[in-house]
This record gives sequence, structure tokens and C-alpha cells, in this order.
Amino acid sequence: MAVTGDLVQMGALIGAGLATTGMGGAAVGVGLVVGNYLSGALRNPSAAAGQTATMFIGIAFAEALGIFSFLVALLLMYAQG
Amino acid sequence: MAVEEQAESAFNIFPMDQFVIRPLFGGDSMTWYTPTNMTLWMGVSLVLVILLLVIGTRGRAMVPTRIQSIAEIFYGFTYKMIEDINGKEGLKFFPHIMTLFTFLIFANVVGLVPYAFTTTSHAAITVFLALSVFLTITILGFVKNGAGFLKIFWISSAPLPLRPILAIIEVISYFVRPVSHSIRLMGNMMAGHAVIQVFAGFAGALGVFAIFPVVAIMAVYGLEVIVAIIQAYVFTILTCVYLNDALHPGH
Repeated sequence: MAVTGDLVQMGALIGAGLATTGMGGAAVGVGLVVGNYLSGALRNPSAAAGQTATMFIGIAFAEALGIFSFLVALLLMYAQG
Repeated sequence: MAVEEQAESAFNIFPMDQFVIRPLFGGDSMTWYTPTNMTLWMGVSLVLVILLLVIGTRGRAMVPTRIQSIAEIFYGFTYKMIEDINGKEGLKFFPHIMTLFTFLIFANVVGLVPYAFTTTSHAAITVFLALSVFLTITILGFVKNGAGFLKIFWISSAPLPLRPILAIIEVISYFVRPVSHSIRLMGNMMAGHAVIQVFAGFAGALGVFAIFPVVAIMAVYGLEVIVAIIQAYVFTILTCVYLNDALHPGH
């Protein structure tokens, strides 16, 4: 079976696939933030409500880097050449 | 984006087709004034915001009606968020932040209506919003504090030999802010809708087993409603956090 197609596009698609592994890092980061928030909140529930906003900011910062890998994948798939 | 160049396969999955901007009244040419589906759905979310706030504040009843209490929740939530993060000083920026919050929450949630177009899934919109915040804060910081605004790059609580290195990192992270601020919102919106579309593509090919993708779509859709609201909240709260640098650069 002959393989046809564009070598550059193959490389771009492989790169896009590899870029999705960055999602795992974001998952670990968000999990750490929320897990630590929960363990702290369960020790001292009265102080938990005041820190919810901080938790969301932490999630946003952790998640942004995962979104960057998604962006790289998109750029490789659609913005090459 | 070259959506049409995707290969045909057994599964007819075109997750990016829903993000194509088309002229509203037919035709192919697009200039800056052409009404597109983007214009339409931005207008819809704007009209919804205006309707909510105008109808909600018309009665000014002591015992609020349903719409009035929703408008009050939006107002009170934004007010408390700014007061918690920036203090009383930040309340001067209440109109800007309230506008951002209500527009984003309506644009995100309206985008989830089937056949609707998600305006915030385009970097053009989110980058513009993030740049407006970034420029406002940079200009405000220099106008308000003069050269003292540069203190946010020079961390006086760190040991002296470390400060130049930290200054470089701080400068880089300051200029990456508008990128991450906008790409976070755009990426979350686009990724969620693309996932729903991919599952919908599976449903067409599976016949009777289409029940599994349908259940998955329902679950992802529920998640997307939460994400739409949380991302509007995150965008707004990060605006407040960045604004804090301009108002209190020493901290």
C-alpha cells in the first residue's frame, strides 16, 4: 500500500497530537490547586468562603498554560505555511 | 481557517465548521462593516444585557420581582468582587468591570444555545477585550503612580541578588498577561464546543448505539454551562487582580 500525502502536514499533525500532552500538565495543576483548597477548607470551613476567589484565580493560572498547548495544536493544524 | 480541506472519512466530523464567520445576508465579500453572524450574536447578547438591566431596575420594588433580583445579583456580585480585591478605591472602575462581566456571561451562555454562534470563541473578540484591559491598566498605572509603577517589577521583599532575575521574569509575565487572559477564554469556549461537535459526529455513524454519544453530549453540555459562567467570572476577577497592580503597585 503506497503512502501518499504531504510530509509537512504529517509533521504538523504529529506535532499537534504531541501538543495535547500539555493538557496533562494543566490537569495536574488544577487538581493540585483544588485538592489543596479542599483539604484546607475541610480543616477550617469558616475560612473557606473567603478563599474561593483565590482558588479560581489559581485554577485560571494553572489552566492557562494547558490552553497554550491547545493553541499550539490549533496553530499547527490550521496556520501552517 | 482551512476547514474545507479536511479529509472525508466515515465519521463526518467537522468540529471547526461552527466557528466560521459568514455574512448574514448572503454573498461572499466581507469588509469591516458587513453584518455577519458574529455581529448578530454579539448584538443578541448585548440586547439581553440591556433588557435585563433596564427591566430589572424599572420597578425598584422593595420586594424584588424575579428579573429585578437577577439584576441585583449581578450588581451585588460584581460590587463585592471589586471591593474584596481592590478595596473602595477600585469602585471607580465598577462600570467597566460590570460591563465586561455581564457581556461575557451572556455571550458565553447564549453561545450554548443550539445553532447559535459563540462570539467569545474567536480570538478577535477576546484579544480586543484583554488588550483594552491591559492598556487601561498600564496607562492608569503610570498616570496614577508615575515611575513608581515600575515597582511591580522590582520585588523589594526578595533578596537583593535575586531581584534582577525576578525583574526579568516579572516583565515577561506582565507582557504575557493579555495573551493568557484572552486565549484562556477563547480556548475554553472553542474547545468545549468542538468536543460537543465531535461527539455529535460519532452519533451519526453508530446507529442504535448513538445513545452513548448522546449521553456524553448531555454530560459535556452540563460541564460547558458551568465553564461558560466560570470563565466569565475568571476573566472579570483577573481584570480586578490586574487592576490592583495599577492601584496599589507596592503590594
